[in-house]
Amino acid sequence: MLEHIRLKRGLNIPITGEALCKVSKRVVPTLIALKPTDFRGVTPKLLVKEGDSVIPGTPIFADKKHPEIVFCSPCKGSVSEIVRGDKRKLLAITIKPNNDAQVQSYDIPKLETSDRQEVIDILLKHGLWPCIKQRPYGIIADPGVTPKSIFVSCMNTAPLAANLEFSLQNNFENLQAGVNVLSKLTKGGIHFSLDADNFAGTDFHKLTGVIYHSFYGPHPAGNVGVQINHISPINKGETVWTIDLFLLVAIGNLFRTGTYDMSRTVAVAGPAAVNPSYVKCLPGTSMSDLSEYFGSDKDVRVISGDILTGETIGKEGFLGFYNNLITVLPEGNYYEMFGWVKPFRLNKFSFSHSYFSWLMPKKKYNMDTNTNGGERAFVVSDVYSKVLPMDIYPVYLFKAILAENIERMEELGIYEVIEEDVALCEFVCPSKIDIQSIVSKGIDIMLKEME
Amino acid sequence: MNNLRKFTDKIKPAFEKGGKLGFLHSTFEAFESFLFVPDTVTKRGTHVKDSVDLKRVMTVVMIALVPCILFGMWNIGYQHNLAVNGNMGFWAIVWYGFLKILPLYLVSYIVGLGIEFTSAQIKGHEVNEGYLVSGMIIPLIIPVTTPLWMLAIAVAFAVIIGKEVFGGTGMNIWNPALLARAFLFFAYPSHMSGDKIWTAGAAGVDGFTGATPLSQTSDGLSSLLSNYSVSDMFFGFIPGSVGETSKLAIILGAIFLIYTGVGSWKIMLSCIAGALSVGFIGNLCAPSEMSALAIPAYYQLLMGGFAFGAVFMATDPVSAAQTETGKWIYGFLIGALAIIIRLFNPGYPEGMMLAILLMNTAAPLIDYYVVNSNIKRRLQRAKTV
Repeated sequence: MLEHIRLKRGLNIPITGEALCKVSKRVVPTLIALKPTDFRGVTPKLLVKEGDSVIPGTPIFADKKHPEIVFCSPCKGSVSEIVRGDKRKLLAITIKPNNDAQVQSYDIPKLETSDRQEVIDILLKHGLWPCIKQRPYGIIADPGVTPKSIFVSCMNTAPLAANLEFSLQNNFENLQAGVNVLSKLTKGGIHFSLDADNFAGTDFHKLTGVIYHSFYGPHPAGNVGVQINHISPINKGETVWTIDLFLLVAIGNLFRTGTYDMSRTVAVAGPAAVNPSYVKCLPGTSMSDLSEYFGSDKDVRVISGDILTGETIGKEGFLGFYNNLITVLPEGNYYEMFGWVKPFRLNKFSFSHSYFSWLMPKKKYNMDTNTNGGERAFVVSDVYSKVLPMDIYPVYLFKAILAENIERMEELGIYEVIEEDVALCEFVCPSKIDIQSIVSKGIDIMLKEME
Repeated sequence: MNNLRKFTDKIKPAFEKGGKLGFLHSTFEAFESFLFVPDTVTKRGTHVKDSVDLKRVMTVVMIALVPCILFGMWNIGYQHNLAVNGNMGFWAIVWYGFLKILPLYLVSYIVGLGIEFTSAQIKGHEVNEGYLVSGMIIPLIIPVTTPLWMLAIAVAFAVIIGKEVFGGTGMNIWNPALLARAFLFFAYPSHMSGDKIWTAGAAGVDGFTGATPLSQTSDGLSSLLSNYSVSDMFFGFIPGSVGETSKLAIILGAIFLIYTGVGSWKIMLSCIAGALSVGFIGNLCAPSEMSALAIPAYYQLLMGGFAFGAVFMATDPVSAAQTETGKWIYGFLIGALAIIIRLFNPGYPEGMMLAILLMNTAAPLIDYYVVNSNIKRRLQRAKTV
């Protein structure tokens, strides 16, 4: 039986530049980077040196605290540079690919006859373990823990998000194989959340071995954290795992074919994107290989991820490990005379009814990065819960974090949220408070407490 | 526009840190962001942000207050005209009201914003917009005859003790405008009560009584109705504080606040519900028709500062309850308390003010219990699994 869950609170941000459902480029990479900074809480230990040759699946670095968790090269080539920042912090390892078509295949034991530990060891050894994240905290899962259950979201409601149905077409067998792998990892069931509006036409609801739920509602209904909160909320001491659908495909593929293939279909979208559409590329692909999508304007921001949670990488940056979306935004570094007092401002979007955008629900807006006002103290504090469809009192949680009161944070639900779940609170905040940074600080405090 | 921008850019360096006028940085910033939406871009977190900011929110409240101000201006002149048995025309009446209200606004804004700018300067913060609204409300909730020096002291008290000592807008416990009113009431009671204070230029008129409807409730319904009809009280042709008399103007403001979502309809509605419930209970218990308890409950909504308080003061998002459940309780108790005070201390015009200030104080407590029930739910959930 499919359980329908209807969420009312939330907001779909109407931004222009949605990617057309066509693959307009298959990137032949000229440079690939692995960024340890993509992985929260990981202290990298380098396993290669400059000049080493690598193939897809060669470990590049490991986590110092969990040396068994390794991060692998997605391509064949040679290590070209180790990039370090302040205090010799490891920022990136760049790889110069030599693009020959030869496929390297590994010897993977049959899934049916493997036990849980063997499956975990394969995932660890072949660099696919980092695909699996844990809640609370949204960090890479601890291989030593058995999770209560595993959650996968089959709907992507974030602004301009990649269309999963399109970007994962022809991957049914990989998905089923991935599900079979996950079923070795937990006894609590694998929960798939479908888009209630549109799942009948997709492959996602034909898988066996999963428990289906369907969600209806605006963003963040597609966030796995929100879905967990409505299906089986996380209590103190519990751990669940989550995985992105496109990373599950890579896991399935490894067990089916023995190849480490991280290539993915990535949406390039946003108001400043030229020819918004999809490209096929690897994680860590250099944006210089995609320059034709960004135009010649200097005041453009290239983001790996969506406009709410993504990271600014710039025109020379690299696609993040967990991202299948590149958003291109115009910078908002301009002044607008009497902007706040102009009665109409029909080209500005606001969740609040003090503008008129709510009367035109179909209209899309060319948004930019202007903050639209200065930072203030919490004043209009009931607006957050209108975009956070969870049984949580957001302001009280944020204030508990600011006060570094761990007990209160636990009581108010720090285990149930990560940054992306409160991103809309930050978007609508009239006081322009960096709410994701607050939650991030809260998670850091909790992680420190665990050590 | 471009020239203004160029000029601003030219003088800007002098106000930056280390510039000649660097100590005036906050002041410069306040004026610059008043003229222009700043060019700041998002640095971390969400890359785009909603177009609403606190300036916009405050502007909405100020627009909502406009009908009350305009009507209040007219009514000052109208009441004066009645008192002196004059025959002033419409524009003469409005002009008279304008001349009376202008000094109140000048004092309110010069003193209040002066303190806001100074304290922002000292702390090195940006100037907060909060006082734009408080400063607009204060002249509306005091008698028009209030001496300006008293107003100045009250405003200073409200801004310094009511707001800045707690850390500025967003940190205050009580509604600053009401605090100014309360200060006046307790510091200078003789100037805040009586029948003469509500009408400008009437002090020397022989035989004049400018009693407000509320002050006549102690003599029962018939005495009240002999002076003012229900429609007078609804439309506002009665003596009273500048902004509180016209319920029509207040309703216009309320509609705008609810439409924009800036004022909480839950608080307004529950406030009215609270007042009516206590009013009805009063009606049931009334010993005789002459008793103040016999005043029909809905009259309470039309008299004194109740409506203005419910729409513009109880809904202040900073000092009100912040949880949705809490708002229902908070509003209901304000309405109920205000009418309890009125019924048992007949004609006491400060009921609404004291009720709101008391519930401002209790709002964190209400929220505490609402939030705690959420915590209990979470603990319960952990146990049952």
